[in-house]
Amino acid sequence: MTLADLAPGDKARLEEINTQDPGVIRLMMLGMVEDITVSMENIAIGGDPLEVGFFGSSVSLRKEQARHFKVSRITTGD
Amino acid sequence: MTESTEVKIPVSGIGIRHKARASIALIGNPNAGKSTLFNRLTGLRQTTGNFPGVTVEKHLGTVQLSNSALNLVDLPGIYSLDGNSVDERIAVDVTLGRVPGTERPSGLLVVIDATHIYQGLYLLQQLQELQLPTMVALTMIDAATASGITIDIAKLREAIGGIPVYPVSSISGHGLDELKTGLESITEIDTQAIPASWPELSETAEQLKQQLGHDWQRIDVIQALLQTHPDLAGKLEQQLGDETVADLRRRLFGEAPPPAVEARRRYQWVKNVITDVQEQAPLYVKMGAKIVRWTNRPWPATLLFFAVLLLVFQAVFTWATPMMDAIDGASSGLGHWIVSQMGETALSSFLADGVIAGVGSVVIFLPQILILFLFIIVLEDTGYLARTSFLMDRVMRTVGLSGQSVIPMLSSFACAVPSIMATRVIPDRRDRIATILAAPFMTCSARLPIYALLIAAFVPDEPVGWMNLQGLVLFALYILGILGGLGTALLLKSSALKGPIPNFMLALPEFRIPNFQTVAIKLFDRGRIFLKRAGSVIFVVAILVWTLAYFPRMDPAEHVVPITETHAADQSNIQNLQAAAQMEQSWLGRIGRTIEPVFKPLGWDWRVSSAVVAGFPAREVVVAVMGTIYAVGSEAEDQRLSEKLKSAKWPDGRLIFTLPMVLGLLIFYAWCLQCAATLATIKRETNTWKWPVFAWLYMTTIGYSGAFIVYQVGSLL
Repeated sequence: MTLADLAPGDKARLEEINTQDPGVIRLMMLGMVEDITVSMENIAIGGDPLEVGFFGSSVSLRKEQARHFKVSRITTGD
Repeated sequence: MTESTEVKIPVSGIGIRHKARASIALIGNPNAGKSTLFNRLTGLRQTTGNFPGVTVEKHLGTVQLSNSALNLVDLPGIYSLDGNSVDERIAVDVTLGRVPGTERPSGLLVVIDATHIYQGLYLLQQLQELQLPTMVALTMIDAATASGITIDIAKLREAIGGIPVYPVSSISGHGLDELKTGLESITEIDTQAIPASWPELSETAEQLKQQLGHDWQRIDVIQALLQTHPDLAGKLEQQLGDETVADLRRRLFGEAPPPAVEARRRYQWVKNVITDVQEQAPLYVKMGAKIVRWTNRPWPATLLFFAVLLLVFQAVFTWATPMMDAIDGASSGLGHWIVSQMGETALSSFLADGVIAGVGSVVIFLPQILILFLFIIVLEDTGYLARTSFLMDRVMRTVGLSGQSVIPMLSSFACAVPSIMATRVIPDRRDRIATILAAPFMTCSARLPIYALLIAAFVPDEPVGWMNLQGLVLFALYILGILGGLGTALLLKSSALKGPIPNFMLALPEFRIPNFQTVAIKLFDRGRIFLKRAGSVIFVVAILVWTLAYFPRMDPAEHVVPITETHAADQSNIQNLQAAAQMEQSWLGRIGRTIEPVFKPLGWDWRVSSAVVAGFPAREVVVAVMGTIYAVGSEAEDQRLSEKLKSAKWPDGRLIFTLPMVLGLLIFYAWCLQCAATLATIKRETNTWKWPVFAWLYMTTIGYSGAFIVYQVGSLL
């Protein structure tokens, strides 16, 4: 399962990151690294981009990049 | 005994102004409260300028301490030193002393948002490699407390190697005095005492630095090894040999890309520190936060976005009216008073019709422009502007751009110049140029005067639902600008600037109540810039136009005004006809007649044509020019410019300002690039004349064509 598969309100743990995509490295610099818990905050109209929250911050990214983050779901949202 | 001759001034009550002894850079993540802290510390003792060679705004201020003073430099917010966009690279280069002509700061005041220490501590770690005296201002401490976050300051200080940490609240002012006392000794902090959070990297870099020589700093070597600075990486490989550098990299980073390893490594350290120093109480979400969260959901947020836009246009029209009436009354009153005191001479006409009418017709729009800027500044400071790029990313994708182009385009509603500079956050050059060429289509504040004038004169002031027809027409003009911009981006991205659709990643700030002082300072700045332009460019053009319209004088005896029976007794009409005849044979009239054929297909007479041509250097001049042209012809009448436009006629008696002509004129204004400052900025930002020349020809052509079609088709109906 990847970050792109989460529904709004879901919480998940980042397990493995494919660092070959330059956009992914940029997201890692913003703090999206392995072993942190993220929550899917919002998905824009049309299904893309996504808003992901972690450590009190919010970052928006496209599904295309989100697919490079393997996750394990912790809880599902309402 | 010399003392007895001096006048003694009690020291208390008068602030002693010390001369700044060192320069400190204020650095931190975007939205960490840097500017608010900067304003708090420096008060109004600040200046805005540019760094030499680059166009990033430099905010300089002086902070007065009890025994000395320091210069503070406020830099654009960054997340890391691995500058990805032009803007970030500049902030980094200034901090690192790489910008020629700018002194390397002698210390760093790192601003960390207490609710976002995760990203703040990441930047702090990278900054430690600069080996500069460093202090931390922990801002938003009250916001952190409110959301259940407790930070153990003593433990934090210990965890970051003893760097002094000052919790502050820029809203209440709590902690500022302690911070100022601490700043007193910032330059005495021993830089060697700061322990490295990644010792292998720091030590390797330190050793290489000794080996490489004087022009290398530790941070340079680190960035060369990490490959986050291509020039330095190349230089290092050249000096040490490709093999050696590759070996070093493999030893330090393994097989993964070095910046990814850096992120993993440093954020691991940050997580350990946070576990140690921060406690998060079980989150009790307050009502306000719940509302904000709900409004961030896709549908409510999108609807709110359009509701806010509509509100802005309504406000611009309705709130400003009383102030505009007052300014109008004052300027025409002043003009009349001058004429009544001095009599009708060339000088009194120059002062009343040239200077006062010209400048007054621009200053009158100050209330509207301030209201517009107030909204934009507040939206920016609440974090809402950044959220719109999330909402609009999908739309921008259809024209080949990303949500990152939204902020420059939205700030273009105020002025295209800062918005073109704001495109620096866009990493890809093609996307950046497409955004730069789309931005001037957005309705800037300089277009407002002419829109306002024409709408007030020719659109009925009647309610349409909860809106009003005038506000609605203005809204339509903004939409026209947006369509022009998006169409241009689409055209360019599918032809000359063809390329993949850019990535979109952006940190979204949470909702914040803007700081009053910060908003006030920004608003004051904008108003000052507008008045400065009104007082310089517009003033000069108004005088030039008055001169061209006033000379050469005709001899009244030679020119017999044809008097028809219907108004034979009407003295003021005779004066008007005389004035009109004078205007026609003036230099301006002659120039206007020469260019009239070019604009005749758009339904413009020579007066409108000359006003438009005069507006090419700066479009807000047009209203001033019309003010001058029409004022010089009607001293006997006392009416607003809009009334004068309504009664303007062709020689054969037909009205000039018909609905198709006015609509065409508005379209011309919506699409035409009449701004020398914008052209100069495009040149500077793209480093070539190709793009400004293209933008000008392209926009003028489609503006003219739009006006032509609307007038010709509209006149047939």
